[in-house]
This record gives sequence, C-alpha cells and structure tokens, in this order.
Amino acid sequence: MLLKRIIPCLDVDRGRVVKGTNFVDIRDAGDPVELASRYDREGADEVVFLDITASHEKRDTIVELARHCAEELFIPFTIGGGIRSEDDVRALLGAGADKVSLNSAAIKDPGLIAACARRFGSQCVVIAIDAKRVGIPGGGTGSDEGARPLRWEAYLNGGRVATGLDAVEWAAQAVALGAGEILLTSMDRDGTKDGYDLELTRAVAAAVNVPVIASGGAGTLEHLAEVIHSGGADAVLAASIFHYGEYTIREAKEYLAAKGIPVRL
Amino acid sequence: MSSSRALYIVDYGAGNLRSVQKAFEHVGVEAVVGCDPRAIANAPGLVLPGVGAFGAAMEQLNSKGLVESLLSRIEAGVPFLGVCLGLQVLFEQSEEDPGVRGFGLVQGDVRALPATVKVPHIGWNQAEVCACSDLFDDIPEGTAFYFVHGYAVVPRSPGDVLAMTDYAGVTFVSAVEADNVVGVQFHPEKSSTMGLRFYRNFARRAGLADRS
Repeated sequence: MLLKRIIPCLDVDRGRVVKGTNFVDIRDAGDPVELASRYDREGADEVVFLDITASHEKRDTIVELARHCAEELFIPFTIGGGIRSEDDVRALLGAGADKVSLNSAAIKDPGLIAACARRFGSQCVVIAIDAKRVGIPGGGTGSDEGARPLRWEAYLNGGRVATGLDAVEWAAQAVALGAGEILLTSMDRDGTKDGYDLELTRAVAAAVNVPVIASGGAGTLEHLAEVIHSGGADAVLAASIFHYGEYTIREAKEYLAAKGIPVRL
Repeated sequence: MSSSRALYIVDYGAGNLRSVQKAFEHVGVEAVVGCDPRAIANAPGLVLPGVGAFGAAMEQLNSKGLVESLLSRIEAGVPFLGVCLGLQVLFEQSEEDPGVRGFGLVQGDVRALPATVKVPHIGWNQAEVCACSDLFDDIPEGTAFYFVHGYAVVPRSPGDVLAMTDYAGVTFVSAVEADNVVGVQFHPEKSSTMGLRFYRNFARRAGLADRS
C-alpha cells in the first residue's frame, strides 16, 4: 500500500534554515544539512528545501546545498526556490537532488514544465503553488465556517506578486504539462498554526491525478491527520512544528497510524 | 587472479550514481563508479542502477560495450544487483521502447503501470517478500521502500519473483532473483535505514561486508 508521507520543509536563506510566518517574520532554525539528516534518522519520508530568497536574489549556493545533502541523506529530497531554466534543473539534479520544485518560473513560462518533464521525467518536476483566498464580492472572508470563497489565486515570488491565475486551474494545467506532483501552500494559513486550508487542498486534489503535498498552517498533529483524511492530501509538509521540537516525526507518524492512516514507522 | 575489494557501480550515463555509491560507503563498503569493462571483469559484485528510459539505457550500455562484459561476469556467477531501470533492462523487452532488446537474463517483459493508478508510482510502499533471500536479512516483513517508476517488470516464471508490492489495488513485482542476479524496482539508496541494510546484505553476498 502506498504510504502517506511526512515531509519536513526547510526554508533556506543564505545557507541557513529559517521559517517565516506568512512569509515575512523569520527566525533562524539551524543548519539545513544537519537538520535534514536528523529528520532522516527520525523517520521523515522526504525533505524539501526551499530557498526563500532566491526568486529575487539569484544564487548558486543551492546547487552546493544539493551536493552537500546528497552526501548525507538517504531519503529523497526536493530543492526549490529561484529555479529559472532547464539548465538550473539539470544542475540541481546533477548535484543529487531527487526533484526540483518550480514556482515563479513555471508561471511565467509554463513551457518550462513540459520541457523539464520531457528531459528529466515528470517524477522530478514538482510544481509549487502559493495560493491565497480571494474574497467573494459583497464580503465574507472565506473562513471554514463562513461563506465559501469563490477561488484561490496563485502568487509569484514567494507570495509577493499576485498573478490573477486561479490556483486550482493552474494546478490542473501544470499537471497536464507534465508536473509530477503539486506542492500546495496556503498563504492564508502559512505560519498561523491554525491548520491546513482543507478546502483548497480538496479542490486541488480533486482537479489533478498526481500527488498533492499540503503545506501551510500545521500547528498540531490533528491538522496533519485532517488534511489527509478530509483534504485528500497524499503528503503533508510542515516546518516549525518539527524545527522547534514541538513534535518529533515519529510522534507525528504514530499519531497518524493510530488514526488509521498508513505511514512508514 | 586477485579481485578488487570494491563493488563496481556501472555508469552508463543514466542518473546520479553518487547516491548509490554513498549508500554503500555508509555501510562500510567501498564502491567504485565507472564504465570500464576491465574493472567489471575484476569486481566481486556489480551494481547496475539507472533512471530514465529503457531504450536510451540499452543504447548507452551497448555503445559502451558494457552488455557483453556484464553478461559474461553474470554467467560466471558474480553477484549482480539491478536497481530500478537496472532491474528492467534484465528483461527481454519493454513496452516503453518496443523493439529494443534488453539483457534477456530474466524471462518476461516490462509493462506500463495501468492507467487506473496515478503514474508514475512515487513514494514509500511495502515490499512483501515472497521467497527466502539473504538480501532481506534483518529487514522486517512489510518494510516500506522508496519507489519512483512508471513501468513494472512481469517475469514469466513465478520462481523469479522475490517481492511483490500493492499499489492502489495493482500488484506488481518489486524484486526478482534468478541465481546470482537480483533486481529491485525500489531505490535502496533513498529508503533510509532499511535500504542501507539491503545494500549491506548485497555487499555481504559479494563477500564485502562484515557480519555485525
């Protein structure tokens, strides 16, 4: 049986792990390779590194990070942030990354998805989508209890630039072009610890036939279970609940297993 | 004739082999990456990794003259491990590239996973071991390994099946063993502790790892 994955996410800035709250307020949480190795030993199924500054400050250090990680990790890892071209992708995969995550560059040039899928295979092309709820006309903030939002909008450059793209439609288009996985971040929930955006996750999971990794908002272990059970997520991504030692990966997995969710223990 | 004390990881330009090499090093086994037929002739154990397409892999292996050197060593009884695409090329042919001949060491072919499941099959899934093999020593039943593939092998002889995996109701062969030839569809080098243990077991078979 295919197991549900728990994926710690390491946001990396200048070679150090940081975690933003709503992409703004960030705190230092340590060395990426050291932290990722610890997660490997604790039972993480995968690790995602996102260079949060790379979209506007191009750097080659993520290739170096990939090389370093490949030496220390025995689980798959994904690198994203500031990847702009097929050549960037080739460099990261060549340095040992298992997958790359494309965000802004794919929105600006969707052809990049097709080109990378053709050249390297869909299995290593992850499309990251930063989605934000769009309020409905005449009010309503779109909370789970309130009025349903009409849609979610995809954002560029780490959540700095609105695109006007419908996030669910964009996910479907990306998959049609060859994306092998969707890493879906709710900008409304990211850093809040209020739980994942279940409606967003459900909408995207229903629109694509590739795995959806839910991201943004994990505050408790129950949040992880609910986005798998009722959000349809194939994997859950979380950062701060693991980085600051609130829960270990093993505790999270034991909790999910007790809830009847198949995980690797 | 004295043998090298290192495993030989065959490089035919398909994917990153450093991770496989690093995994063997992590369990205390020296492993060399290369495409030298003379080194293949001296290695106590051979590993054929690979990601990519069946046809391109066979073309590379043929053009580098590696197929013959590998086949002669396999016939001589040297422990051989194929990983992912390295498993698939052991078969006669693949739906991925019809008309291209594989090694033909294991009877049967390679077929696309059915459209009823999400393809590629990516993630951690359990290998149900259905034959006795030293390669799964110290690996608990139902252990999960990491998979990334869109095609799966279909051996003609049930006797060649070493492990099966269920993916959303589709059952496929995830490991084969025929004499000294073993192939796995999963990636031990990405399967954390248990994957490393699998590699250690293979190295032991090649006489390269201490029992501990």
